[in-house]
Amino acid sequence: MIALLQRDLKLAIRAGGGFGLGLAFFLILVVLVPFGVGPNSDILSRIAPGILWVGALLSCLLSLDRIFQLDYEDGTLDLLATAPLPLEAAATLKALSHWLVTGLPLTLAAPLLGVLLNMPSEATLWLVASLALGTPALSMLGTFGAALTVGLKRGGLLISLLVLPLYMPTLIFGAEAVRRGTEGLPTGTALAFLAAITAGCAALLPFASAAALRMNLR
Amino acid sequence: MSIWEYANPTRFMQTSGKLLPLVSVLSFACLIVGLVWGFFFTPDDYRQGSTVKIIYLHVPSALMAINAWMMMLVASLIWLVRRHHVSALAAKAAAPVGLAMTLIALITGAIWGEPMWGTYWAWDPRLTSFLILFLFYLGYMALWAAIENPDTAADLTSILCLVGSVFALLSRYAVNFWNQGLHQGASLSLDKEENVADVFYFPLLVSIAGFVLLFLALVLLRTRSEIRLRRASALISRERLS
Amino acid sequence: MNFSVENLACRRGDVTVLTGVTFSVAEGEALVLRAPNGAGKTTLLRCLAGLTPPVSGALHFSPEDVAYAAHADGLKAQLSVEENLQFWADIFGTRDIAPAVDAFELSSLLSRRAQDLSAGQKRRLSLSRMVLTGRAIWALDEPTVSLDVENVARFSSAVTRHLAQGGSAVLATHIDLGLPTARTLDLSPFRAISQDAPSDDPFLDGAFQ
Repeated sequence: MIALLQRDLKLAIRAGGGFGLGLAFFLILVVLVPFGVGPNSDILSRIAPGILWVGALLSCLLSLDRIFQLDYEDGTLDLLATAPLPLEAAATLKALSHWLVTGLPLTLAAPLLGVLLNMPSEATLWLVASLALGTPALSMLGTFGAALTVGLKRGGLLISLLVLPLYMPTLIFGAEAVRRGTEGLPTGTALAFLAAITAGCAALLPFASAAALRMNLR
Repeated sequence: MSIWEYANPTRFMQTSGKLLPLVSVLSFACLIVGLVWGFFFTPDDYRQGSTVKIIYLHVPSALMAINAWMMMLVASLIWLVRRHHVSALAAKAAAPVGLAMTLIALITGAIWGEPMWGTYWAWDPRLTSFLILFLFYLGYMALWAAIENPDTAADLTSILCLVGSVFALLSRYAVNFWNQGLHQGASLSLDKEENVADVFYFPLLVSIAGFVLLFLALVLLRTRSEIRLRRASALISRERLS
Repeated sequence: MNFSVENLACRRGDVTVLTGVTFSVAEGEALVLRAPNGAGKTTLLRCLAGLTPPVSGALHFSPEDVAYAAHADGLKAQLSVEENLQFWADIFGTRDIAPAVDAFELSSLLSRRAQDLSAGQKRRLSLSRMVLTGRAIWALDEPTVSLDVENVARFSSAVTRHLAQGGSAVLATHIDLGLPTARTLDLSPFRAISQDAPSDDPFLDGAFQ
């Protein structure tokens, strides 16, 4: 099982665009915001947590169509489907490797980019905590979206349309946790919901993704 | 005879063919009675004036926006478990109707919101959840449109509908948590009549019945078209084979 | 290993292309499928591999015993030959890639990236994966495409060895591989022809108006 994870990470590093692309997109997005809303640091520091959450979410979206598409095109997915490894496990590992390649770097980079947006220092801890709890759910939902659209020629745009509504609860609880944390309000509920979403996704979505893959390979 | 025999396309076409005119006529009758009664023969609200009368469109369409998704969920489950083609096509047929209902609820809400709250749009939890529901409908329909093989499309959209239902519900709680809104509490419940006075309540019930029947009529009509489409494409591919 | 299929109907997309396919393959035997293009060789092989569920009929074996090789090579261009093989050896739990490397003489290519291989070399690499699977039934779809004479011989001897060890194989191919225990099955009689094709499509129901 580890073999699939290792291979995907290796491919992400060698093929280029894996690690770098999401992060670069995140950076550009954050740089664009002050040009859009003006350089007023009060405004920027107030919207910083939200912008960083939305930015992380959009950067996750960027690489979703690659999760299964390349394997589908070169025939690897057919072979994986006939291999002893259950497709449920394959879907979980794919989500995990997507998270390691995008979600984790985004979580680590977010505090640095927060500096650009004058994010208050007390928000940093909550931002990292909420991203760390929430981004795995984003990767798993994204894997589900990728599994749904794997047979399609141009699935990229469709994935966004399918996955973004599914991302909403995660975004709401994630950004809310940071907002409350910054204002000194209790964050327990929001973080608990975030953890619950991630746990629920981990428990149920691999089955949905694997079912979608089987239907697409038929 | 079991209820599942209606899942056979031939059987469904026969039954729905007889049912459709009846349902359509009933639906129009209810809508006309409910709306005319509601608009012209109920008193103005002492606070909201005549603007309150938009509830005869707003409340039924909002109810049907949610119920349409529920119906799609049930139809998707039936397809996944029992693989009745008509069920899958009914789910497909219901989606645009549900989308239209959501849109009506959103637009009438905005029109009502302007005099009431002084704004067309507020990020009130209920408004927001209907907007999110709207996006779910869009995604569902886009997936149907994108996949060529009809059975695969039915399978995948059914799974999306299942997962989407969970997340739509979750979004509902998430937006409640995110913003305690302006909306009045549920103004309609069957056991507590204290919320809405009888004069408003009865025409509202008639309008709701009208909307339910309208939804039924549209879904029957669209399902029949979908069945004819499938029939046509099945015949074409058989011709091509011979 | 012995296996058989009975009265199988297979579908490609939403069209039933094969019906009434019945055959059995004994241990050590190879079944060569012959049919014109589009007759359903790939469809049948995908069905045997468990990728496409049959419309009707029975498979008297578990798809878990089938190793499938498709048209596509299923190689990762950025990985070396060794990494590609090791990955599949790990996935199938056989770990050791040496038998596959020996069977297709890949030892000189091990450190080369798959993107730098010729089409024939890619094919060899892809076929060598069959050895790694450790599965008894090989289902091969046009295995010899882009192989030269020497490598076709290499492939035949790999299949022969597999059969001698108690395996069995189903191949869709146009050329004669010279396999000692090969039997040919012509798929043409099983082609689904319009009216009498069994179909689970209720929209073709005759009573439908």
